[in-house]
This record gives sequence, structure tokens and C-alpha cells, in this order.
Amino acid sequence: MREKIIYGLGILAAVLLARNLYSIFMQLPDEASQGMIYRIIFFHVPAAITAMLCAAVAGIASVSFLVTKNFKYDAVAVAVTEVGLAFLAANLVTGSIWGRIIWGIWWTWDARLTSALVCWLLYAGYLMLRQAIEEPTARARIGAVFNIFAFTDVPIVFFSIKWWRTQHPQPVFWGGGSIDPAMYWTAALNLLALILLAVVLTLIRLRQEEVQREIDSLRRYAHAV
Amino acid sequence: MDFIRQVLVITRKDLRAELRTKEAINASLAFALVILVLFSFAFDPTADQTREMSGGLLWIVFAFAGTLVLNRSFARELPNDCLDALVAAPISGGALFLGKALANFVLVMAVELVSLPVFGIFYNVHWTSRFWSLLLVLALGTWGLTVIGTIFSALTVNIRLRELMAPLLVYPMLIPALMSAMQLSMDLIAGKPLGGENEIWLRLLVAFDVIFTALSLLLLETVLVG
Amino acid sequence: MTAVAAEGVWKFFGDYPALRDVKLGAEQGACLALIGRNGAGKTTLLRIIGGFSKAARGQVRILGCDPRETETRRRVGWIGHGISVYDELSAFENLSLFGRLYNLPNPRKTAMEWLERTGLERAKDGLVREFSRGMRQRLAVARAFLHQPSVLLLDEPFTALDDRAIAVLQRLLQDALVAGRTVVMSTHQLREALELATHVALLNRGKIAFHGERTPEMVADPGWVYAHYGEG
Repeated sequence: MREKIIYGLGILAAVLLARNLYSIFMQLPDEASQGMIYRIIFFHVPAAITAMLCAAVAGIASVSFLVTKNFKYDAVAVAVTEVGLAFLAANLVTGSIWGRIIWGIWWTWDARLTSALVCWLLYAGYLMLRQAIEEPTARARIGAVFNIFAFTDVPIVFFSIKWWRTQHPQPVFWGGGSIDPAMYWTAALNLLALILLAVVLTLIRLRQEEVQREIDSLRRYAHAV
Repeated sequence: MDFIRQVLVITRKDLRAELRTKEAINASLAFALVILVLFSFAFDPTADQTREMSGGLLWIVFAFAGTLVLNRSFARELPNDCLDALVAAPISGGALFLGKALANFVLVMAVELVSLPVFGIFYNVHWTSRFWSLLLVLALGTWGLTVIGTIFSALTVNIRLRELMAPLLVYPMLIPALMSAMQLSMDLIAGKPLGGENEIWLRLLVAFDVIFTALSLLLLETVLVG
Repeated sequence: MTAVAAEGVWKFFGDYPALRDVKLGAEQGACLALIGRNGAGKTTLLRIIGGFSKAARGQVRILGCDPRETETRRRVGWIGHGISVYDELSAFENLSLFGRLYNLPNPRKTAMEWLERTGLERAKDGLVREFSRGMRQRLAVARAFLHQPSVLLLDEPFTALDDRAIAVLQRLLQDALVAGRTVVMSTHQLREALELATHVALLNRGKIAFHGERTPEMVADPGWVYAHYGEG
């Protein structure tokens, strides 16, 4: 059953992505001041939003694990964090490419990019921490506590770095800036596509996590016998 | 009142044990001094530049040197399985956390208060113009550093490669607090008062301290026992 | 009242069941010897009873309450694998510390008393790291008994003890049992444990294979329980 869901969502995501790519490259006109490269925003921004959603899901899963002690929440937390990290990396890379083309520099310590980088480090730390703990129950528990700390820090990081510097272009889609409705719609659709992709990847990773746990326990059985 | 009494029992125990061996505090102090020297090669310490950088520099020194003390916080309970005795004792997780955090706070502040005049001498920076405000910022920033360092010491107590892991986890988490402390310290060393433009950093620092102290008090028991 | 009760306890390490549906009990005044091979789960079970880790399923009660409750912790004494005293503090400082942690009315006086009872009064100001092995073990015993616990949980207490320490511990345990306290100890040292025990439980790969009163046959032949109820 789960396999069918994964395939179904995967196909849906692929179709949506294909449609969006067509729309992005074929239908939408070049933007006034930026030319070709602005199209990267259709991935850059949705990737960031998807990563944020992943962080939120991970936070909720971590709290749920501590409350219920059910390992499936732990599996969700690690799976969704890995996927979120990938999307955040995509956000950082696309942002960097865009910056190189538009501003001539690969990296700038502006508020958004710096916050994204710090959050990436935080959650990379989560994965590193988990890897260092062999015993699954302790790993889940310690990981959950760290995840809660990380998630609490995320908004603080964002606000503090925002107050620290601002070089990032003002938000295109929210607050200020007028935007062609066609672009808005495409971006929203791409967000949906990326979210679907994130869900598919998480489900696949989740399955892998469960299988890994089974193997671990079988190994312990074997040692005990 | 029981709670406070228990906190102080733990604080006294940690301080007494540390002051008897002085391992962590010596290492921390030495590290702070070494970084100050190294920075003098990395950056040319002429007056203007240094004053601009001083807030940042100082808190990098404090954060790095402080971590040496903070890492040991729960690690010192491992030999002889002393952690078991603490967990079995009728004190709350909150009291255990606060007791250790207070002891760490004292130790790290001591290192900082020694480093500060040394910094002033090495870099020819006059840092006493807003002394009490600077002390306040030092205390608030150090408390943030201490809270995160202490709880993460507990998180990583049973992990191999604990010494490597804790710093990697702690620093990203501390960035908002360090940033605030740096900004405030820079302003204060330059002679500007607290309030006005930098009030927002003060509020951020206090919020950081309050939020993570509360979270740590709540979660220490979960970290140690489950 | 049942002093120590474990009911339906399961413990998993990941998906591996270290303890499976464990049911165990000790009445007040009883001395329960928990025996089993290495890896059977004795330490795991004892640590769950002591409140150091949580069972995945099932319930543990000490004196009718959850082991983690503050009042319960006040009445439990623990000796684990380590001595649980601080190397950098003196014997007296260590015992005073625990006296204060356990809210004793006169920690320093009680600390002195227990140093005398364990034969450590002359070394009271010596740092623990300078102590001999036997002295360290006697201090560990003092620490566990200091606050007059109603329930004593001991994880392989006789392992690697020297003769003097064994004698001290046995005497203290006997006194405690006479005073109506409860002892649960896991052990490999069948002979010393079975001498004191009133009840025996055998843990085999996470399951309780035997739980009953100690019989004369067991004392005469310490391997009797394994032979009749163990696997291979």
C-alpha cells in the first residue's frame, strides 16, 4: 500500500515538475531587470519553504517521540531532516548561483543566506549527533532533545541575523514588489511540486530507516543466540 | 527553598572539585591567552581597527575558551559512575542542571574577567568606560554560553568523540547570543551607552537566555534518564 | 506491602528485546538474589527498577510509587558497577555531599558515623583517588547506606571486593535485613548472595525463568537453579 502511495505521489510530483519547467522556460517572459537568471527563483524560494516545513515536521515528530516513545516518530524526524537539509542545500546553491550572476559574488553574508547556512549547520549537527550514538533508544531520545533545541533556535537565528544585516533583495512574493500573476502562480505550483517531492523522498527514507531498525534488532538477536 | 539548597550543593561540589585539580580552568585560561596572542598576528592591532573588532574578538575568545570548561561539566561525572549517584539522588533534573550551570558560569566568568584586562593591555584598548554595562553584557552573554554548553555536555556525555562533538553542536546554536553579545560589547567598548539602537540586541540576549534556560531545566531529566 | 514490584516489563534496545514481560517482586524485609548469565539482562532490569532508564512497557513500583519520584529516591540506596564517589574529594567530603543531597538532618555527623562503620575513619580526609581498591569499595558501601534507605539495589556488589569489604558489606546487609529493609541484588557470586538471600529469581535472555523462595538445596549447590531452570 505504502509503495503505491510513493509511486503515485512520485508520478504526480514528476508531472507537476515537468509542467512547471515547461512553463518556466517556455511560457514566462524574461524579467525586466534580471533577464534569464530570475527563473531560478522558482526553485530557490520554494526550496527554502519546503526546508522550513521539513524542520517544523521534524520538531513536531521529536516532541511526539519524547511523549509517546514510539520509534516511528524518531524515524520521521531523521528522514524529514535529511530531506530538509537537501532542500536547504539546494536553496543555498541556487541562491549562490543567482548572486554570482546578478551581484558578481558567489557568497555574501546577508541575512537570509547567513540564516540558511546557520540552520543548515544546526541540522547537519543533528545528523552528526545521531551518527555518534549507537544504541537506538538513546539515539532517538538525545536526537529528539537536540532537534527541539535546534528548532527553537531557528526563529531566533532568523530574526537576529535579519537585524544584523540586510542585503537580500526584498521579498518578491510577500511584502513589497509587484509580481506578474502568472509568475506567482507558477511559483506556487512549483512549491507544491517540491513539497510532493519532499514527501516522496521522506517516505522512501522512512522505509529505509524501518528496515535498518529491523536489521539491527536481528543482528542483536543473532549475537544473543 | 529546598530547590535552591540542592542547586547550591551541586554548585559547591563542582566548584570544589574543579578548584582542587584546576584542570579545566587552567586549560581554559591558557587557551584564552593563546588565542589573544594568535589574533595579534592575524589582525594588526592598531587602535582604531581593534576597537571596531574588539567585541567580536573578545567573544570568540570567550566562546572557545569557555567550551573547554563547559564540556567537562557532565564528563566529570563519568569516572566511577558518579552520574548514577546524581541521577539516583532525590534532586530534580532542574536543580542538577542549574547547579552545574551556576558552577560553570562562575568558572567561565573568572576566565573572562582575567582575559579582559589582558586583552586591554595586549591591544591597547580602553574597555572600562562603560564598565558596569559591559559587566552586565558579559554576564548575560556568558549565561547563554553556559546554558547551551551545559545542556549539550549532558546530551553528549555518553557519546564517543564527545570532545569533538560538543563544540560542533554548540557554536551554531550560540550564534544569536554571540552576535548580540558581540554587538553590545563593541558598542560599550567604543563608549556608547546601552539602549537606543542596541537595545534590540540586549532584548535578544535576554530572550535567548530565558528561553534556553527554561528549555534546559525542563529537558535535563529526559536527557539523562529518558 | 511489596517493596519492589516489576510487572510486565519490556525493554528494547532498538527493536531487540533485552527484557521480555518481566514480572518480579520482593516483599519488605526480603532479600532477592537476581541471578543469570552474562547478557541475561540483570543490569538492565536493575537499572530500570532503580529509575536510571525507563521500561518500554510495563510498570515498576518501589514502595508503591514510581522509582523516579523524589520521595522514593530518598529511600533507595544504589551500588552499581562503579563506586560513584568523587576521586577529587575526600572520603568525608564525599559522604557529607551525599548526606546533603539526601537532606539528612546532620550530614557531617552521619558522614563520620559511616566512616567509622566502614573502617575508614582514619582516612577521612584522604582524597579518594589515593585510596586502595578495598577502601574505595567500602566508601561506596558507606555512600549507599548513608541515608538509611528502605530499599537497597545492588548490581553485582560482591564482584571484585576484597575480603574485608565483603565482610563489611555482608554485615551491613544482614543488619539491614534484620531492620526490615529490602534488598535486591544481582550477582554472579552465588555463594555469598545465596547465604543472605530469602528469595531467588533467575533471568534467562530477558525472561524470568524462576522466581521463588531460596531453598536449602540452592545454598548447598549454588548451581542448582541453573541446572533446573536455566537453558544449557
